[in-house]
Amino acid sequence: MTRFSASPHPLLGRRALLKAIVAGAGVAAVPGLAACGSDGGGAATDAVSFGNNQSDQVPKDAITAVLKAFEGESGLKVAINTKQHEQYQEQINNYLQGKPDDVLSWFAGYRMRFFAEKGLTGDLSEVWSKVSGGYEPALKEASTASDGKQYLIPFVQYPWGVFYRKSVWRQRGYEQPKTLDELVALSTRMQADGLVPIAFAQKQGWPGMGTFDQLNFRINGYRFHVDLMAGKEDWQGPKVREVFDTWKRLLPFHQENALGREWQEAAQALQQGKAGMYLLGSFVAQQFKGPDLDDLDFFPYPEINPEHGQDTVEAPIDGFMMSRKPGNPEGARKLLEYLSTPAAQLAYLKADPSQIPTSSKADTSGYTPLQKKSAQVIKDAAHVTQFLDRDTDPRFASDAATNGLNAFLQNPDDLDSILKGMADQAKTIFSE
Amino acid sequence: MTALESPAKPAGTSAPSPTSRRGRRRRATALAPRDKLVLGLMLGVPSLLHLALVWVPALGSVGLSFSSWDGIGGFADIEWVGFRNYVDIFTRYPRFWPALQHNLIWLLFLLVVPTVAGLLLAVLLDRQLRFGRIYQSALYLPMVLSLALVGFIWQLIYQPEHGLLNNVLGTASTDPVNWLGDPDINLYAVLVAAGWRHTGYVMLLYLAGLKSVDPALKEAAALDGANAWQTFFRVTFPVLRPVNVVVLVVTVIEGLRAFDIVYVINKGRNGLELLSVLVTDNIIGESSRIGWGSALAVVLLLISLGFIVTYLFQVFREEERT
Repeated sequence: MTRFSASPHPLLGRRALLKAIVAGAGVAAVPGLAACGSDGGGAATDAVSFGNNQSDQVPKDAITAVLKAFEGESGLKVAINTKQHEQYQEQINNYLQGKPDDVLSWFAGYRMRFFAEKGLTGDLSEVWSKVSGGYEPALKEASTASDGKQYLIPFVQYPWGVFYRKSVWRQRGYEQPKTLDELVALSTRMQADGLVPIAFAQKQGWPGMGTFDQLNFRINGYRFHVDLMAGKEDWQGPKVREVFDTWKRLLPFHQENALGREWQEAAQALQQGKAGMYLLGSFVAQQFKGPDLDDLDFFPYPEINPEHGQDTVEAPIDGFMMSRKPGNPEGARKLLEYLSTPAAQLAYLKADPSQIPTSSKADTSGYTPLQKKSAQVIKDAAHVTQFLDRDTDPRFASDAATNGLNAFLQNPDDLDSILKGMADQAKTIFSE
Repeated sequence: MTALESPAKPAGTSAPSPTSRRGRRRRATALAPRDKLVLGLMLGVPSLLHLALVWVPALGSVGLSFSSWDGIGGFADIEWVGFRNYVDIFTRYPRFWPALQHNLIWLLFLLVVPTVAGLLLAVLLDRQLRFGRIYQSALYLPMVLSLALVGFIWQLIYQPEHGLLNNVLGTASTDPVNWLGDPDINLYAVLVAAGWRHTGYVMLLYLAGLKSVDPALKEAAALDGANAWQTFFRVTFPVLRPVNVVVLVVTVIEGLRAFDIVYVINKGRNGLELLSVLVTDNIIGESSRIGWGSALAVVLLLISLGFIVTYLFQVFREEERT
């Protein structure tokens, strides 16, 4: 051991060491000081700060353009604070408790309500009273927390459905399946034709939740989806069991090794005509360019239980919240009002036409065929759900649900123990 | 900069000296005020930092592990639940037992494979091979990379269709092995990557140890008619004992803190669960379960303590004997 003992080193003299210690202490002290900083101070009244989770270049430029337009219109300055998309979600808890920006990106549903109920975001009912004419009642419901007040301004929305290439289907003479049996028959035919019937990816942990949701509300209906997500129904009960049994029946038609694949790769399989269908949100269109994009079409998930038909569509809403103590409350409200306008939403969607505006006043003449269909599908639905991870407690979604679904895909025969694990965790999480 | 002034106080008390009280006082006064200040800073600042950055969080975790708290609001919002988190983790958390098992496999693997490989390489390199320095640098090089980066590199090797390994094996086009996606084998695939990096470290430690072995010992052994094996196992290896202890400690630390490589590969899911991943998953994120995550962290702490206590016990017993 003596070999490792310190010998006098030219770089580690007493002075150098002292300097290093001082520097180290300084660095250590900085975050501590920052954390003690005053709350919400420093913002001038002619500026609004904006927390942005659109970190990819195209949507980032789009939202920047929208905010520039707002600056021109209102005379206020907007300071944009962009964070990497996934990181933003992971840090939202600390972010909201620290010094959040005045206006910040978020999602509708339970995910919004959770923070609203903790008092971490600002009440927007005042803004809503001005803008409510532009929104359908379902959107208001999705922006309302349990206290009856609104905490979110909806911005854009996208439906989930089964996507396919029109040219491939025309060539092979496939038809849209209306029921589960037709879906199975079509998948069998595709398999015989040498296609992977259903493209599938689960590396990111969430795409499989979409499949679970569709099967669940087609089999058990909208109400059951809501109650199950709220922890009021039993994951070990026969209804959830039936969802997984149906999924098991469909699994042989899904692309293999889904756990090692990202959704973009699965979308490529559809784009290259190797896969016949892909169940995903309409953002799948981001993987299609030019003529390929015109070739893309979708249909709502087929009916399974006639009692519920196709009455529910999954259409997550992205929007904006206000921080609990904005530095510039007036400016923040003005900005949120602006973001509720069709002009702002359409300007943003120019960059990403895979989604649709939430404002019902938006001019639909410039829509792509896909956008028209998206809007129609959402309009026709009696119930709109958000998404498993937006409709339930984030603690349940991120750990129990993700790993439960992964375990099922790995080992579908192990259903008993998987469902027991999910049910046990739902019990502990929802009773906390 | 209060951090600089306050630690000056404990300077007198913390100046260590094994001698008698009188001797200590005389010696303390013998120090010039300037030296006292320097000594105080050198001992006080690290002590304070250590206390604030290690002990307070560690004890805080232990305390919070008996609570149910989502990290929102102040201390008043914390609900104390006693041992419920622990009971739930042990009885109904499906990811816990696999994670614990993986951690122990990880530890055992690192203790056996890279240690043996590192020792072997060190012995070979110690024989003054031609180009020895090049081999030495090449083998040590992975250690310079962060484990996260090692994860990226090995993902390129393990990739099913385009990866190096499947192409070398000729299985890429026919039936590619999903090295990192298959939960039955991915832990071992990752262990090879982690071991690849760790071997270089162990090798360097042993190499340093071997260089310090007195050649006279080997000569004496040779004169006594010992062959190479006997010389190594009866003479050289026992002399390396202090290095063995260092390797053991380093390996245990590496094994238990493993996190970055699996997180880079698939966020520690699907067969790559480790306790450190579960702690992170539960504490960091949209809404955290601070109590639950802390309880997991305490379990990890207890496992680490098991090794540390055993080690210290050994060392102290050794000291008593001498």
